[in-house]
Amino acid sequence: MKIIGSETHFDFMGKIKMTLTISGLLILIGLGSIVMSGGLKYGIDFSGGTLVQLQFKTPPDIEVIRDGLKSIGLGESTIQEFGTKRDILIRVQRSEEKLEAVGSRIRNSLGEKFNKADITVERVEMVGPKVGRDLREKALLSILYAIIGIVLYISWRFELQYAVAAIIALIHDVLVTMGAFSLFDKEFTLVIVAAFLTIIGYSLNDTIVVFDRIRENLRRKGKNTLTQTINASINQTLSRTLLTSGTTLLVVVALFFFGGEIIHDFSFALLVGVLVGTYSSIFIASVFLIFWDSRRRA
Amino acid sequence: MYKDLKWKIPLILAVVLGAVWLAYPLKEKISLGLDLQGGMHLVLEVKVEKAVEASLDRLADDIKRDITEEDLEVDRVKVIFSDRQVNVRMVDKLDLPPVKTVLEKYPFFSMVSEDADGLGLVYQMSADQVLQIEQNAVSQGLETIRNRVDQFGVSEPTIQAQGEKRILVQLPGVKDPERAINLIGKTARLEFKLLDEENSLQQALAGDISEESEILHQRIENKETGAVTKEPFLLKKRTVLTGETLTGAEVRFDSDFNEPYVSLNFNSVGAMIFQQVTRENIKKRLAIVLDDNVYSAPVIQDEIAGGRAQITGRFTSEEARDLAIILRAGALPAPVVILENRTVGPSLGQDSINKGITSIIYGGLLVVAFIAIYYKLSGIIAVTALFLNIVLLAGALAYFGAALTLPGIAGIILTVGMAIDANVLVFERIREEIRIGKTVRAAIEAGFSKAFRTIVDANITTFIAAVVLFQFGTGPIKGFAITLCIGIAASMFTAVFVSRAIFDGTMSHRKLDKLSI
Repeated sequence: MKIIGSETHFDFMGKIKMTLTISGLLILIGLGSIVMSGGLKYGIDFSGGTLVQLQFKTPPDIEVIRDGLKSIGLGESTIQEFGTKRDILIRVQRSEEKLEAVGSRIRNSLGEKFNKADITVERVEMVGPKVGRDLREKALLSILYAIIGIVLYISWRFELQYAVAAIIALIHDVLVTMGAFSLFDKEFTLVIVAAFLTIIGYSLNDTIVVFDRIRENLRRKGKNTLTQTINASINQTLSRTLLTSGTTLLVVVALFFFGGEIIHDFSFALLVGVLVGTYSSIFIASVFLIFWDSRRRA
Repeated sequence: MYKDLKWKIPLILAVVLGAVWLAYPLKEKISLGLDLQGGMHLVLEVKVEKAVEASLDRLADDIKRDITEEDLEVDRVKVIFSDRQVNVRMVDKLDLPPVKTVLEKYPFFSMVSEDADGLGLVYQMSADQVLQIEQNAVSQGLETIRNRVDQFGVSEPTIQAQGEKRILVQLPGVKDPERAINLIGKTARLEFKLLDEENSLQQALAGDISEESEILHQRIENKETGAVTKEPFLLKKRTVLTGETLTGAEVRFDSDFNEPYVSLNFNSVGAMIFQQVTRENIKKRLAIVLDDNVYSAPVIQDEIAGGRAQITGRFTSEEARDLAIILRAGALPAPVVILENRTVGPSLGQDSINKGITSIIYGGLLVVAFIAIYYKLSGIIAVTALFLNIVLLAGALAYFGAALTLPGIAGIILTVGMAIDANVLVFERIREEIRIGKTVRAAIEAGFSKAFRTIVDANITTFIAAVVLFQFGTGPIKGFAITLCIGIAASMFTAVFVSRAIFDGTMSHRKLDKLSI
């Protein structure tokens, strides 16, 4: 069975203008959305704060919960349903360093309005501002280290221009995914950083397969121009690229739909990342190689 | 040409059986992270500066006593916390030289200046000493918390120092997180103080309070409504006895009302002080203070010998039990604050496991079906390799003792999706080679060897990202990174080595004209 014909001859590099425009627009919209919403939305891992997940026996009225929280001075909390109507997630900006458990304080505050026995504290996450700052720094550094490590590896295995091209594609993927996160009003947490690093690794995986083929074809020293060689290489690896992305997408979709609320944003990031990564390794990554080549000739 | 199968097949069998042996039965061999089995992850910070302050306070008292013993008249010994200094003020200028001699007994204090009026000296505590106190505060705090947790009864707790002044506490499967926090985090500084009955509490509350007294409160919680009222007490600042002289603490039940109380035992020094204090203060009230909260303030009826006392205070038996544990384990040398708390209830953890397994099954089935249809018989070989990959992954997780977390499950799912990639690369190459007219055997040979470099290059980038993630990650993220790393390594083995062996194995018996790919 085959998804696409044995020998395709799509002119990918002939569509540079269009794909660059699309990518540019996607990135602009994403960045615009980030700017409009006043920067990236940090989850409590990075901003510090408290998150309490409660399960009620019957779906509660959110306004009643808010009244209860007001009585202990937490009226400004974000209250939202989490997966089902019975599961409620409460986010408090403040983090308490005191020993009093926030979870039970919130549960107690709801004691008048609901039957306390009907409320279970499923999860409490409290991150103090100091730890939030530490984690933010660590997350940034880890992304930086990953990029440096990958650049070193690719420049060792390939030539420098391939490394630069791969990094451009990678930054493209991260920017587009970040923009999607902002557009869909999702929060950055530790787990999302993990997803981003995975996307970085994955997107490069695709790109390297293409580059490998370009290098192999260039060694044959045909009469083809660089653009023709690149086009041929992308076409030759096309069914592999689509297949691998396809199988990865299958599992990520399974995770997205069946993995549960806690991991939902993580699977969302992977979903977007895999799609964008596939697109970029076909359309974006090789563009820089052509640009580099024409500069050298000029 | 297929001679090497003679060692390849036994090797593969050995690896796979080894993995099965390591991982079977799964429930016992693979430990679950806190997010899956439920439990509490706490990062505490020891307020080490409080330990330094307490030490300076104690030293100031010692210095004052030593100087007085030399028959010199001290005005006062003041502690300047911010600079870690003590200022010794005398009444007579001529007393300064002998004071200097007395201070030689304290080698970690060095004189930094003399007061302008010639009546005082300023001594500075050395940085080494400060560091020593801080390190002791952390290591003693760690030990105390470990004692408390051991007595509380949690299976396989993790308690370790993190950085310079942080303590990490992980309690898997803890049922009452709030109780655990109270137990771990209470400083538990027990003090006995006499009530100041010469001065009026009302006046003191209005602000007219002598330097030797202080106001502390008793917290009274109404068990039905949860409302808390605070009753003020006017106490003499001087602590007559501390918890340091305790040798034991147990829960007892009051014979009249069957109410629990905590019974205390002092060592001989404590017993002597207690006897003296009670003898000299009959009919006066003695307050029992824990972490600046007044628990009770009974009237001393009679001299108490034998070194026994009791704390009453409308406890539930659980509260009394925890208080006894804390007092037995001793006070923390400095208070702690919670920097990070992540608690997951057991039902949520189970829910996550179920959902994770569901997604693995659905995702796996989709991939298997797709690959089998797409590559036919060769697809079945890829699926076999994939299955072995999961077995190896489980074996490696068990071998490294790495805990499986929710993101870790996601890592497994992702491995399923990505592991097939190596096979796809090989198969697509084989198809290409067949298209250009190579024989089946040559096509397989070329497909595997040409794809190999690409597979390594492509996987190493993800591997680099995963290793970085492992370095910086905490708990659940580490679990993700480790499954990703192992998954990649295992997929190289199964997709390249094992698949190749299966191909070769099938080909060694017959000559194929057509490959089902």
